[in-house]
Amino acid sequence: MGTGVQAYISYRVITKTNLPEFEGPEKIVIRRYSDFEWLHDRLSEKYKGIFIPSLPEKNAVEKFRFSKEFIELRRRALDLFVNRIAVHPELKQSEDFRIFLQADEEKMDRARSYETGIFKKPSDFLQMFKTKVSDVVLGKEKPVEESSPEYEKLKNYIFELENHLAEAQKQAFRLVKRHRELGQSLADFGKAIKLLGACEGDSLEKVFSEVGSKSEMLSVKLQKEADNLLFNFEEPLKDYVRAVQSIKATLVDRANAFRQHYDLYREKEYKEHNLYLKADSDEATKRFEHIVAVMNEELARFQEQKTADIGLAFHEFAKGQAKLAKDIADAWRGVLPKLEACSS
Amino acid sequence: MMSSAPPPPNLPADADGDMESLPLAPTASDYASVSSTFDPLLSSASLPTPIAAAPFPLSPSSFVDPPSYADVSASSSSFSPLSSAPSSSPRSARAAACEYALIAVSDPTPEAEPAATSLVPGSAPTYISYLVTSARRSGGAGGGGERRYAVRRRFRDFVTLADRLAESFRGHFVPPRPDKNTVESQVMQRDEFVAQRRAALERYLWRLAEHPAIGASDELRVFLQAEGKMPLPTSTDVASRMLDGAARLPRQLMGEEAVAAPQEVVQPAKGGRDLLRIFKELKQSVVSDWGGVKPPLVEEDKEFLDKKQKLQDWEQQLTSASQQAEALVKAQQDMGETMGALGLAFIKLTKFETEEAMYNSQRIRAADSKRIATAAVKASRACRDLNTQTVKYLDTLHEHLGIMLSVHTAFSDRASALLTVQTLMSDLASLQLRIEKLEAAASKIFGGDKTRHRKVEELRETIRATEDAKCCALREYERIKAAYAEKIVEGWETVAEETSGYARRSDNNLAW
Repeated sequence: MGTGVQAYISYRVITKTNLPEFEGPEKIVIRRYSDFEWLHDRLSEKYKGIFIPSLPEKNAVEKFRFSKEFIELRRRALDLFVNRIAVHPELKQSEDFRIFLQADEEKMDRARSYETGIFKKPSDFLQMFKTKVSDVVLGKEKPVEESSPEYEKLKNYIFELENHLAEAQKQAFRLVKRHRELGQSLADFGKAIKLLGACEGDSLEKVFSEVGSKSEMLSVKLQKEADNLLFNFEEPLKDYVRAVQSIKATLVDRANAFRQHYDLYREKEYKEHNLYLKADSDEATKRFEHIVAVMNEELARFQEQKTADIGLAFHEFAKGQAKLAKDIADAWRGVLPKLEACSS
Repeated sequence: MMSSAPPPPNLPADADGDMESLPLAPTASDYASVSSTFDPLLSSASLPTPIAAAPFPLSPSSFVDPPSYADVSASSSSFSPLSSAPSSSPRSARAAACEYALIAVSDPTPEAEPAATSLVPGSAPTYISYLVTSARRSGGAGGGGERRYAVRRRFRDFVTLADRLAESFRGHFVPPRPDKNTVESQVMQRDEFVAQRRAALERYLWRLAEHPAIGASDELRVFLQAEGKMPLPTSTDVASRMLDGAARLPRQLMGEEAVAAPQEVVQPAKGGRDLLRIFKELKQSVVSDWGGVKPPLVEEDKEFLDKKQKLQDWEQQLTSASQQAEALVKAQQDMGETMGALGLAFIKLTKFETEEAMYNSQRIRAADSKRIATAAVKASRACRDLNTQTVKYLDTLHEHLGIMLSVHTAFSDRASALLTVQTLMSDLASLQLRIEKLEAAASKIFGGDKTRHRKVEELRETIRATEDAKCCALREYERIKAAYAEKIVEGWETVAEETSGYARRSDNNLAW
């Protein structure tokens, strides 16, 4: 829609349901990326401890933003986002989710303008490890964190996992590029060989022409496999990375909840007669413990889900590569008898 | 990697059940069956010649580094025409007719320069000498076994051989010799470089031997058989030639040495000592090109011109194909590398998840990623294997470009011979003219002038000498015309044969 800087892509969201809370069995609305963002932020606010499904990257290089590939990748990721919310036992009951799926433009705009909550900023991630300068200067203790071995283990696991996955995803992306490059080379080579054959004439020309055609044919297959790799192998890996980043965000929430609980608890101990303080402290403790409990459940689900997702990605990868190798072998095997006939 | 694992069952497209039995395509056992169909051309074991070449790695797992062009050319078995290739190819037909049953270059040893003296003992400049062994193919009847020859030659000797052959076989497609390398002696000593050069020299000698004319030549025979110091005369460098020529020039201008001797005429003017001749031919070429005057003898052979055009086209296509081949090889190499890096990343991931496993699903996932990693690494190695083969065969394209060099030399030989003929004919024509004038003048004077008579006699003498020279030059030119034709068809068919090897190699990209 529109052109130039103001241009954006809108997506059609189709909901089919028989849940009573919805306005009807089928609903179609138009949403743009920022609407999805809004939903994501609302859910992050309300459902602490739950790993909110991740969104595709917000920013992209301008000229890339309207390429067919990019749009399709983004569409798939947004589709996953919405569906994952829909199957999550708690998230799917969210009021905001219902609004997102059903509201008309006007209502959507109004909902969006109600925003007063504090958005999650990237700086929050860093807060986990940075000490506020003012605290240090004023001599306050540095922020306390949980110290249980399980927590430590979990934290290290998540951070290291992200590194490994990011590396794998990087290589996968490069592999896609290599496929494209090899495809291009083969096409050029095929053309050159054909021209060379034309110089030779007679039977040699025919054979060279065959070799050239096979090269060009394989080039096409390589490009197709490159696409396949991009959508069915590299993207799932990227999705995995995003999921881990979502967990990191939850860890931030957890740390904040912990700090609150800890601070209030100590204050409470200090001013034992203050009943309001006790109530607040108890609530903070409950919140923190709730997050921990939820996270444990979520982790179990996460591992199961990821095994399935990545397993599928591996399968597609192996299948694609096997088919490609077979095609290549068949192509060259087909040319061999002609070449042998020629050289004898 | 010839493991004995049974090949896994081929699962249908969407295995939505068991994650444990991911369908990985052919495992090592399938790969093993493929390697058994390796081309006999490659197995160095079957070659009868005692060539010191590194055995070519057939097993897929013996690779450590991605191969470079250098590795391939150093370690490949040499171009022996006596391999077990199909017997009726033009290549082996030539080989069968070859005079030599065996040529080998081996045992590179450093030797000290004899004439060099050095202030510091033990640091005399050294050169590498090679052992050149050969055996003539013994003729049918009465052959009492082959007589083997072994001589020591250094690279400089090969250069001399190449120069002498270039002179003797003008117009022929003389195979190009390996490059000189003007780098410091440090590089010269390095094993890799020496090995490459050894292989290149061997290939060069074989190509000479296979050439129908050169193979039977005295120059080659003497080179291969005469022991001791190099028997062929060395070429003098340009500077001294120019000096010699400069010394002669004054006499030439005075008219004392007016004519090029017949035997000199056979060689092109440019490389010689006769400066006057160089100037004359230069003038002639300018006249032919720019003067608009048709020279007395013109390159008329239409067939030759056609073939020349064709060869130029061929060269162009060959160059472009060669470039694309290089790009292709690079793309394949990159692919192999990235695949390997991917496998490595997954191996690390597997290790990590296995160590940190808290859930069963993690262990399953770790097992999956391990399988993928292994497959990726295998594929990476197969890719590199393929690339080595590809490089070897596509290298033929480069070699053919080298042959184009000798074609160009032959063409220029022909052109310069033509130029010599044209120049001489012009000379003749002008001399004729002078005689006529003189005779016309003489007849007008009573009693005949003795001086003029003498002049006329001299002129006639000159004419005769020039005529001789012209005949020689013409003969040379005709000979060159005849010489070029032989190699062309053979060259083309060799390309096809070697391309078939490439296809066979490509077939073995089958690790999956």
